[in-house]
Amino acid sequence: MIEIGKFIVGVLIVLGSLLSILTTVGMLRFPDTYTRGHAASKSATLGIMLILIGTALYFWITEGYISGKVILGIVFILMTTPVASHLITRASYNNGVALWKGSVRDDLEKKYKQQKKQ
Amino acid sequence: MKVNDLILKTATNVVSFIIITFSIYLFFTGHYTPGGGFIGGLMTSGGLLLLLLAYDLETVQSIIPFDFKKVIATGLLLALGTGIGGLFFDKPFLTHTYGYFDLPFFGEDTALATATLFDLGVYLVVVGITMTIIQTIGESE
Repeated sequence: MIEIGKFIVGVLIVLGSLLSILTTVGMLRFPDTYTRGHAASKSATLGIMLILIGTALYFWITEGYISGKVILGIVFILMTTPVASHLITRASYNNGVALWKGSVRDDLEKKYKQQKKQ
Repeated sequence: MKVNDLILKTATNVVSFIIITFSIYLFFTGHYTPGGGFIGGLMTSGGLLLLLLAYDLETVQSIIPFDFKKVIATGLLLALGTGIGGLFFDKPFLTHTYGYFDLPFFGEDTALATATLFDLGVYLVVVGITMTIIQTIGESE
């Protein structure tokens, strides 16, 4: 039973690490701020959450210790990282950072022009 | 241009309470696990700083109507008072003691140490100093 649990823990932690590597690749490969923010927020959040879930499961299975701090950390990461990414991308849009030249749709542009007219 | 920061404010309302609760947890578990007055105080002021980022100075001052310079003084007095307390029982300065009490909610044989009161002093000083620094820098134009 414990061995099956350890196997699941290992799979979770390796998946989380792979997602974190994927985040880094996305940060290096994507062309502009917004796509990078997209890569950084989503995959890093899920990667860290998987690693933390693996950690919490490991200590629950092997030592019977349910770590409230790790569970709180999972909830905290889930709540804060998307907000941080939203704030960074919104701030860069407000400062006039250009979109990638291949992007086809800019919903905020129309709204900002309307607000400037008023 | 009107800035729409509804997402930041909504997230702050939830997250700052988690941060402050966790800082109080860190403060109380400092005797047996990592934590204590210093980290607890810094984390509390971190939660208050998050409130300051989402709202403005006046709003936060109306939510938490403390003069943080007086909080520093209270913390120092607490730390000094627990130190002086040992002198009344023919013991050296800063002698700390503890005892086991039967409390209604926390169960029998709850260990209460005067080191916690000293730690509370450290906590108040750290919160007061951090918030004073941040508010002074934030207010100056």
